[in-house]
Amino acid sequence: MSTLIKNKRIVADPWQTLSPEESPAAAPLPEGDILFPLSVWQLRRNEIISSHKRIGLWLEPDTDLAPLEADLQYFVVIAINFPKFADGRGYSLARLLRERYHYEGEIRATGDVLHDQLFLMQRVGFDAWALKDGKDAAQALEAFATFKTPYQGAVDEPLPLFRRRTP
Amino acid sequence: MYRYDNYDFALVRERVAQFRDQLARWQSGALSDDEFRPLRLQNGLYVQRHAPMLRIAVPYAMLSSAQLRALAHVARTWDRGYGHFTTRHNMQFNWPRIEDCPDILDYLSQFEMHAIQTSGNCIRNVTTDQFAGIAPDELIDPRPLAEILRQWSTFHPEFAFLPRKFKIAISGTREDRALTWFHDVGLHLNLDAQGKPCFRVIVGGGLGRTPIRGEVVRESLPWEHILTYLEAILRVYNLHGRRDNLYKARIKILVQALGIEEFSRQVEAEWAHLKDGPGTLTQAEYDRVQAHFGAPAYRTLPAEDPDFLRHKAEDKAFARWVSRCVHPHRVQGYAAVTLSLKAPGQAPGDITAEQMEAAARLADAFSFGEARSSHEQNLILADVEQGRLHELWLAAKALNLATPSVGLLTDMICCPGGDFCDLANAKSIPIANAIQARFSDLDYLFDLGDLDLNISGCMNACGHHHVGHIGILGVDKNDAEFYQITLGGRQGSDARTGKVIGPSFSAAEVPDAVEKIINVYLAHRHQEETFLDTFDRIGPEPFKNKVYEDRAHGKAKSRNEEVTP
Repeated sequence: MSTLIKNKRIVADPWQTLSPEESPAAAPLPEGDILFPLSVWQLRRNEIISSHKRIGLWLEPDTDLAPLEADLQYFVVIAINFPKFADGRGYSLARLLRERYHYEGEIRATGDVLHDQLFLMQRVGFDAWALKDGKDAAQALEAFATFKTPYQGAVDEPLPLFRRRTP
Repeated sequence: MYRYDNYDFALVRERVAQFRDQLARWQSGALSDDEFRPLRLQNGLYVQRHAPMLRIAVPYAMLSSAQLRALAHVARTWDRGYGHFTTRHNMQFNWPRIEDCPDILDYLSQFEMHAIQTSGNCIRNVTTDQFAGIAPDELIDPRPLAEILRQWSTFHPEFAFLPRKFKIAISGTREDRALTWFHDVGLHLNLDAQGKPCFRVIVGGGLGRTPIRGEVVRESLPWEHILTYLEAILRVYNLHGRRDNLYKARIKILVQALGIEEFSRQVEAEWAHLKDGPGTLTQAEYDRVQAHFGAPAYRTLPAEDPDFLRHKAEDKAFARWVSRCVHPHRVQGYAAVTLSLKAPGQAPGDITAEQMEAAARLADAFSFGEARSSHEQNLILADVEQGRLHELWLAAKALNLATPSVGLLTDMICCPGGDFCDLANAKSIPIANAIQARFSDLDYLFDLGDLDLNISGCMNACGHHHVGHIGILGVDKNDAEFYQITLGGRQGSDARTGKVIGPSFSAAEVPDAVEKIINVYLAHRHQEETFLDTFDRIGPEPFKNKVYEDRAHGKAKSRNEEVTP
């Protein structure tokens, strides 16, 4: 079982990601904690709901969230993929999931996820990270303490500093 | 000017520690070159042709004398004794060692300076008018809101990895001096019908490979909504801007693709969710920041100082300097002064450590200890008593900071070009120097009057060649350096890009071509007409005919002829 940074600790990760090729329309769905790609979810939604108590969703960064709003209640985990760490769309998606759609389950960053992005990612609503293979998760934990009091309001602290500043 | 409080200091110091750690992990191999590159760029560190380049932020152009001395110390200790002012107010050091950069930034942090977001695909240093706060045509001082934007954009958690860089300029005057029509976002501070501050929001302008004048996305936005509105613009851009092609990734391409109406609709839809949220500015915050920009202790002075008038009447060289380097001030008896960094033979915008320290002394002695950098790559002392201008001129002259050429042909904007920059197609500083050498006669230059000549070494247009009355762009043709000339570009409220006049020139041909262009102007001008007036009246054809008179019209010479003229 691979590891995950969750709530700023290193934990075992029970979730498996399914590729769309592994789950065509008719093949049996694997059991256990599965992150279903959006295309599989859209194709076999009712079947997944009836066969799985815990459901995970796996999103590419070009996903339009609005049509998913009614489905968010089913997901324990939403994974947002970072094809490249410099692709910043996932930051807006996480923030929209938390602030606009009030999603309260786990939001994990997956793909090209690196030490130096963790601080900003936790600010916009991520709470779990599957680091890129070969990266030092223990050292990455230090990133959460990079800045003590940032200026902007975000998911971790809704009020910007100018509404909290004490002289 | 704004002074850091404990929060500001803590963030800048934490940034130094973060960067030191990133550098160490890169050196140890834990971070690959590709992984380190965006991190170092977001901290102003480029790896250049000869050496790294470190770009220090000068937020909205303001510099204290202590900061100028600190920059001089950096130049002397870690560089080769000089620095370079860019066209976005910042200072670049071209010769630091990578491993020294954390120490340089640690040192500068004591003086409230940093290199945060001076490069990279993030929100860059906010720029404004170098005469902010003192310009007679100013409606509202833009600096408090520029500082508020600086804080908001610093380590913005959602917008650190945009499709491409994002530049904001803000202007509070009737005449635009901040190139707001050619930024990703341009902001015009204004007063609404009730006398309340509001913004005109312009989006999608830019120079570079595809020069586009921005379009108004909102005519009047009450000031307190600026952060939430910008977040809406940036979110639309972050989610939908192109990431597949570096050259099509700026917001201007998205705005062009969607059309301004559809782009505006998407922004408004996003903003509907953010409006009146916690990001809405408060009067208390505005007042807190604005208190840092209060007027200095001006004295009550006569409108015209008799000694000043006498010196001006008696000393032609002083009068010349006054006519080009002294600018009006909203307070009676005061003036703003440009300390020119365009002395003949010098790379435009370069300044030695000695000149930085001397400028700091002049700022202390003449201008309440503050200076500004301008996007034309000069230094400004904004609050000088008219009666002391002559004394200041004598001091500046001795320091080679009094070249009386501001706004003239030789006050060129020029990027570092192929001598330093990895992106450049061609050198730009030798072209600037060759033109300076050709047009060295001051009487002649004064007779020519207002003329902006801008030079960029590549399409990225750091030298703003598109908006020069005469623009020169370095291009690469079969691995040789050539220069394309544009005419008719301009800054200001009527800002627009110049048009290419024809085939490009070799470096050796450029001064001749410029001279021919000047001669056409002199032959056609009516009394009191500026270069631009004449150009607008007669159009580009007479210029083209003269410049290409020896060539088949519209046809480039063969390559061999061009290389060996």
